[in-house]
Amino acid sequence: MNHDPYVWGRPDDAVYGAYNHAIANASSHGNVQEETSFPKMNSQQPIITGTSVNSIKFKDGVIVAADNMGSYGSLLRFNNIERIFKVGKETVVGVSGDISDFQQIQRLLDELEITEEIYDNDGGHNLRAPNVHEYLTRVLYNRRSKMDPLWNAVVVAGFNDDKTPFLRYVDLLGVTYGLSAICTGFGAHLAIPLLRQLVPDDKDYQNVTEEQAREAIINCMKVLFYRDARSSDKFTLVTLKQGQPPKFEKDLRCENQNWRFAKDLVGYGSTQL
Amino acid sequence: MFRNNYDNDSITYSPTGRLFQVEYALEAIKQGSAAVGIASKTHVVLVALKRNAEELGSYQKKLIKIDDHMGIALAGLAPDARVLSNYLRKQAMNLKMVFNRPILTQRAVLQIADKAQENTQLYGSRPYGVGLLVAGYDETGAHLYEFQPSGLVLEYYGAAIGARSQAARTYLERTLEEVREVTDVESLIVHGLNALRDTLAQDVELTLRNTSVAVVGKDTSFKIYEDDEVTQWLEKLDLVSNARSRDDGADGDEETAEGDAPQPENPDADAGAAADADDTRMETDE
Repeated sequence: MNHDPYVWGRPDDAVYGAYNHAIANASSHGNVQEETSFPKMNSQQPIITGTSVNSIKFKDGVIVAADNMGSYGSLLRFNNIERIFKVGKETVVGVSGDISDFQQIQRLLDELEITEEIYDNDGGHNLRAPNVHEYLTRVLYNRRSKMDPLWNAVVVAGFNDDKTPFLRYVDLLGVTYGLSAICTGFGAHLAIPLLRQLVPDDKDYQNVTEEQAREAIINCMKVLFYRDARSSDKFTLVTLKQGQPPKFEKDLRCENQNWRFAKDLVGYGSTQL
Repeated sequence: MFRNNYDNDSITYSPTGRLFQVEYALEAIKQGSAAVGIASKTHVVLVALKRNAEELGSYQKKLIKIDDHMGIALAGLAPDARVLSNYLRKQAMNLKMVFNRPILTQRAVLQIADKAQENTQLYGSRPYGVGLLVAGYDETGAHLYEFQPSGLVLEYYGAAIGARSQAARTYLERTLEEVREVTDVESLIVHGLNALRDTLAQDVELTLRNTSVAVVGKDTSFKIYEDDEVTQWLEKLDLVSNARSRDDGADGDEETAEGDAPQPENPDADAGAAADADDTRMETDE
């Protein structure tokens, strides 16, 4: 006996021959393969991707940077993707991973901003960074629980209710953590050690000045451009400072590049040992 | 019984531009026993008079907790209030889960107002027959709102709804300035009870059985006090002021109807007119 419930109650092919799907167009496409295959599939991998988002807290704010590349596999397909955007007055969200899912997140947050406005008659009680982050966590975890994740790693930067800097991560699984320096993707390997030199301990961000933080982040962008083959040297850097609207600097370039180290690289496309 | 062609449903206007079913719903609030709310700068107090259907029966609950920072007092159809309070609780919990912060009092009250307004625009539905006082403390401070089944929502420093609530409103108008400066919760509660006592009929007294008190405010989560817990404040009620107030209340009950309870913002002109109309009708009913 065949123990697969799928075939219970069906005429046995060995006795009656295979079912003729052409009869009365009984099946969806007359395609046996499709009928017996897995019924539904959601995204199994990102398609157009954005690489790392790098961020660090300083004494009275946060800096977030991400390059403008949208890659299709290893093809550097788009070079004008802005992956950092503003939510409300004093919060920014940086997104890496699938670009179409990023655009979906952007739509959700725009919609959220509008609905929040409706119930905010006297103004000034917009969602702050912790609320935006919690919302995104719910959205991403909900999608992963439907086995249909939004394929992103997201960094939310802004301010807490008590005006201290806020920086927190959430990804496609709904995993979240907060730190003084957060990088996604390749940056989590390459940039984090550089940023940790400034903030070896989580509370050390209080001793970091804006200039130090900015210099460190720009250095990270350069190192990532050297080593991350999905990155570009054109990037956007956002500075959040207490009591000021977020400052967006677009089309920044990695300056003073020095590729002399490249001749010593071994393997992949370069000379073999 | 007079015949009215324009009150068969809640969505048809009369030629004079009134929605009779909605106005009847506002009358239902006046059938309920009184509830009073006052807000100081840091706290909001709700006090309410409970009624029992018969001597051996229990008293109808008048105060309902929504969340740690918010609660309501009701006057009118209690089952309708339960539906609204369940909705509010759901909203409060959902917001806490999604945004990790307590729901703003204003947002909560506007959401039930939207819900109530739908009933005035759908054929075959009935407006809620209950008025609510919504008290809350959130990041924007202490707030007291009045909710009406018409979907009208106004913020107040002091408000009273339910049977003979005009007397309480008169007391609140007289003591407004004093109340706004009050810093301790105790005297805020006593003011609330004084106002509530003014609404009583001749042969009724405030007792630990029929009095409910609730407080919410800065560093104070919403708490309802009933039975033995309210004796501490009933003992503080001043007998002299009681007698005086009751005289005023008896004379001035309907005459002072044009004075709305004190509000933080300019009262909506239409709302004032509606209140006047209600009070005149009430006279004819009695």
